Amino acid sequence: MSGLGAERPERIASVADQVAAIALKAPATAVHFLGERAVFVGSEKTCTLAAPDGTPQPVTVTDGAILCTVSDGMRVVLGCDDGRVVSLDADAAVTTLATDAKRRWIDCVALHKDGTLAWSAGKTAFVRGRDGAEKSWEAPSTVGGLAFAPKGVRLAVAHYGGATLWFPNMTAKPERLDWAGSHLGIAFSPDGRFVVTAMHEPALHGWRLADGRHMRMTGYPARVKSMAWCGGGKLLATSGADCLILWPFGSKDGPMGKEPMMLAPLTTRVSCVAAHPTQDILATGYEDGTVLLVRLPDGAEILARERDGDAIAALGWSASGETLALATEGGAAGLLKIV
Amino acid sequence: MSDAVSAEKIPVTVLTGYLGAGKTTLLNRILSENHGKRYAVVVNEFGEIGIDNDLVVGADEEVFEMNNGCICCTVRGDLIRILGGLMKRKGRFDAIIVETTGLADPAPVAQTFFVDEDVQKHARLDAVVTVADAKWLSERLKDAPEAKNQIAFADVIVLNKTDLVSPDDLAEVEGRIRAINPYARLHRTERCRVELADVLERNAFDLDRIVDLEPDFLNPGDDHDHDHHGHDHDHDHHHRGHSSHGHGGMKHYHDEDMQSLALKSEAPLDPVKFMPWLQGLVAKEGQKILRSKGILAFKDDDERYVFQGVHMMLEGDHQRPWRDGEQRLSRLVFIGRDLPEQAIRDGFTACIAAS
Ligand SMILES: [Zn+2]
Repeated sequence: MSGLGAERPERIASVADQVAAIALKAPATAVHFLGERAVFVGSEKTCTLAAPDGTPQPVTVTDGAILCTVSDGMRVVLGCDDGRVVSLDADAAVTTLATDAKRRWIDCVALHKDGTLAWSAGKTAFVRGRDGAEKSWEAPSTVGGLAFAPKGVRLAVAHYGGATLWFPNMTAKPERLDWAGSHLGIAFSPDGRFVVTAMHEPALHGWRLADGRHMRMTGYPARVKSMAWCGGGKLLATSGADCLILWPFGSKDGPMGKEPMMLAPLTTRVSCVAAHPTQDILATGYEDGTVLLVRLPDGAEILARERDGDAIAALGWSASGETLALATEGGAAGLLKIV
Repeated sequence: MSDAVSAEKIPVTVLTGYLGAGKTTLLNRILSENHGKRYAVVVNEFGEIGIDNDLVVGADEEVFEMNNGCICCTVRGDLIRILGGLMKRKGRFDAIIVETTGLADPAPVAQTFFVDEDVQKHARLDAVVTVADAKWLSERLKDAPEAKNQIAFADVIVLNKTDLVSPDDLAEVEGRIRAINPYARLHRTERCRVELADVLERNAFDLDRIVDLEPDFLNPGDDHDHDHHGHDHDHDHHHRGHSSHGHGGMKHYHDEDMQSLALKSEAPLDPVKFMPWLQGLVAKEGQKILRSKGILAFKDDDERYVFQGVHMMLEGDHQRPWRDGEQRLSRLVFIGRDLPEQAIRDGFTACIAAS
């Protein structure tokens, strides 16, 4: 692996000069798309909507910090430290969806594609269905992450000591998935057969839901903060190493006993991954500011942003896959049209 | 072992102390006094703080074990989350204070700053400040192990309510504190009236500042030689009061289960022997060692090496070149419970480089 970043621009095609810069007032921590408008989520107070031509429109969503965010492409939902869950739509309308009775921090949010909303404050996970009915469940510790199953209303809640599958509309007892340690991010595989958590230690943990079998995915030098399903839902791409890590979930055993695929090595760590919605392309952001478009499965690379030492904080594709939005920890942001 | 401390990191002061000792009084002073600094405060009981401030955050004291299965290797999971959230509002405060409950062990809080990469990136542990009640501490040290932990762990001790005890009782309680932790700065106060600068931004966990801490941290003060071990050359217990107070008649105690152990060598150490010894020592005996610190002179090395640790976790680095004329003395301090004193001293002696 002789992936020296400095050598790359000479060796590979570059579209870095086609990135249109977006002027943000403060660094973004996440980016979503509402149609062809990008939404750059700030760390406090403001989100910035960016039109395809790059014109920024800042929108105040809270007086405090924005702690978590999720989007279904129709709206962006934000959890704030003033105890509110708010939504932002493409017309820049801000709506308060819920307010915690004790004004606790909203640590996690999740959206089901049928419109059901979930959020958590401390140990309590809340779900509100389309009919407006609200239910809550107490986790054994502070909730680390929330994710809806692709089918049915089933919420996976990550916490200390494992994860729990909660069926808010059924009387069935929540199903506990045990594994020692602190579990933060959580995701279902697109086929609903596996649940994967990103742990506080540098590892992923997975469970095959049919029989609860464990999958340990270790070897990372750093904690995994970004995950994306790709390859038709058969691969899980992650940050946390000095290359793109792809765990195989295509077979019935998932990644049990298998090595991950490793692509696009650099001498810096991957900080962010985002899967193209229709093609087998992964936007891969690094801690040195590089962004590569990596094609599966051959690993062919196109440079989308040259390294400048400013770590990539967020990457996101429009639903059409025509535009990639990127943001750095230092506050740089841009839109790249892929035609 | 980690890198040097960045000046841009937010300093975090950990405030411990038994219920009723005066922690809340001190917190309210820090939040209300006009000192030109803005603090974010992580509290365990919302109601106690009488100040409405959106930078006061409630915590759950969730102590998480790490996956090595060791009971002393713990972190505060809630604190990792809260510090992450507070960092989203960076720029709105200058420092963070983390209050712990009266019964809390300070180790998981301190260890959070040793193990979590994100916490380390944005924040640094400044000091552990323990507020103690002069009237009740002697009793608590007898019946409450957590009170002893909090004294042993402290970089700064605010000995409060001194107006409620006689001079004799005060000497008694100070003697008991010094038997456990002779290295902390001790301030006698009434109603927590202490200069905030003596409590906040102490840089006690800053490797670069160990040099400035020497008078407090390694000042021999009124040494007692304990020749009965036959190791007078490298062994002394330090019993020292705060420089502003006279302690001519200070009582001298040995705590039954919590001690400090100081080691010294004028001859340089062999790094090839010392580092594995120290790492092996904390790996094996780390559950007993609450705090460790050291300034080291290695053979054929013109730079001072400094380290500090909490239980099994260590960090250390070259600090600066030895100055001309400065004595190249290696000094180590361990504070802990049932320390295997003889084994530690023998192990240390074996690390002295062959001349
Ligand atoms: Zn341990």
